[in-house]
Amino acid sequence: MNKPVWLSERVQWIGAFDPDMRSFDVILKTPNGTTYNAYLVRGSEGVAVIDTVKAECADQFFARLEAVCTYAEITTIVLNHLEPDHTGALPELMRRAPQARLYISQSAQLMLKALLNRRDLDFTAVSTGDNVSLGDRNLRFLHTPYLHWPDTQCTYLEEECILFSGDVFGCHFCDERLFNDKVGDFRFAFEYYYARIMRPFREHVMKALTLIDPLPINMIAPTHGPILRDQPTRYLQRYRELSGQRLHKELNAGEKTLIIFYISAYGSTTRMAQAIRDGAEQVAGVRVSLYDMEGGDADLFIDLVEDADGILIGSPTINGDAAKPLWDLLSAFSMVNVRGKLAGAFGSYGWSGEAVQMLEGRMRGLKMRVPLDGVRVKLIPSAEELELCVQHGRTVGEHLTGSNAPRVIDMADLLASRQPEVESNATLTRE
Amino acid sequence: MSKYNITFADIGATVSVPRGTRIVEVAEKVGASIPFGCKENDCGECLVEVLQGVDNLSTPSALEIELLKQKFAKPGCRLACQAMVQGDVTLKPA
Ligand code: FES
Ligand SMILES: [Fe+2]
Ligand SMILES: [Fe+2]
Repeated sequence: MNKPVWLSERVQWIGAFDPDMRSFDVILKTPNGTTYNAYLVRGSEGVAVIDTVKAECADQFFARLEAVCTYAEITTIVLNHLEPDHTGALPELMRRAPQARLYISQSAQLMLKALLNRRDLDFTAVSTGDNVSLGDRNLRFLHTPYLHWPDTQCTYLEEECILFSGDVFGCHFCDERLFNDKVGDFRFAFEYYYARIMRPFREHVMKALTLIDPLPINMIAPTHGPILRDQPTRYLQRYRELSGQRLHKELNAGEKTLIIFYISAYGSTTRMAQAIRDGAEQVAGVRVSLYDMEGGDADLFIDLVEDADGILIGSPTINGDAAKPLWDLLSAFSMVNVRGKLAGAFGSYGWSGEAVQMLEGRMRGLKMRVPLDGVRVKLIPSAEELELCVQHGRTVGEHLTGSNAPRVIDMADLLASRQPEVESNATLTRE
Repeated sequence: MSKYNITFADIGATVSVPRGTRIVEVAEKVGASIPFGCKENDCGECLVEVLQGVDNLSTPSALEIELLKQKFAKPGCRLACQAMVQGDVTLKPA
């Protein structure tokens, strides 16, 4: 029970198995549990512990650690990522090995203070190019932020070409055989982990790969799931494929894509959507696609959303809210990176039109940019109102291509235009 | 009250704002692509590069300077949730 596992003569896995875990961080299903991988590296002049485990599994971790070293021997503790699933056992480890020096990434400093609630904390913040020596073993740090938190880094054991990668290249898969050439088929878990955890950060994945690429790699030792010692570079390659451009976009250079998603109850929002499309298409260099969410599932569209330059969402206001398929769509947006994409909303309404502002608010919350107030039409759009929609579409298109005339706005007008509609209640009492 | 122009180079919009307005408030309203998170000098998400008029922003606090350092911010970068307008500025997301 609780035996360490040898990666090499000087490197041991001292992590924990958690076979009963069924969902992780709320968003991930873990049908056969997970592992928290921590490692120990022994050099001629020091011992390093790389990452720890979650608090509930601390006993396993300490038992394995004690089987290969004494606490007094530990000179170095490296934290590649501060999420509690890897730092749960840290306070106790620091208590048992108070002499050990902590190494964390530059971006982890404030987080570490918050995590441990200690002011007197002493640590070394490191970045790419920094090293720590254990005598005949040397650890080199790689600054690989946002995989999947701002604080993440990788640590490379030079003499053995082992990359301790943190969450990246990991997966939730619990198999005590531990090495990728021994465990069951974990490919689905590897892909699923990428899709749910790393995909929104694919640009950061590409940057990390650029740092990792020049290094010879014998083994990738992530913080979850199998240790990748058989053909480790295949997994790097897979990440490269997943993070690079997907299907070649059938676009001319410089063309911008606008996607309009909508739902319509009586056809009014549909007509608005079409009018907005017609307007946007008048702008050279804009390609528009229109999707009625009544005919589609949110997950189906996520690839499109990831590639789009702009996204408009049209919804009627039903019981003071936007239609559910659109909320489902928006909740899928967090699976990809939508930051900075142009966004907007529109829709028809019966007596109050809150949906538009609610959708705009959500998209702002996702850090999309919403430069224009959405168009709202009461009940059936008139010819003039449809013309307004065409106009709006044109303006959206111009914003996408950057061909819009520079605007000068007064802050007071901005504040006024974003006030929630009050007129609706008045209308209601009048009718 | 004195008013100044803050220009978002990425979207070609200039907003005239009262002295002391924080950049992030304007950015959010005008739909500039400047992300933000906490608005409390904690997450560092709201990093902007000031193209013109760096000196027309409020002096950064010690906390902001520390966070800028941690974000490896280039000189001329500020946190949009901290910097207040005290003259004309032009900026873009960093
Ligand atoms: S929004 Fe978090 S630091 Fe500015
Ligand atoms: Fe994590
Ligand atoms: Fe993790």
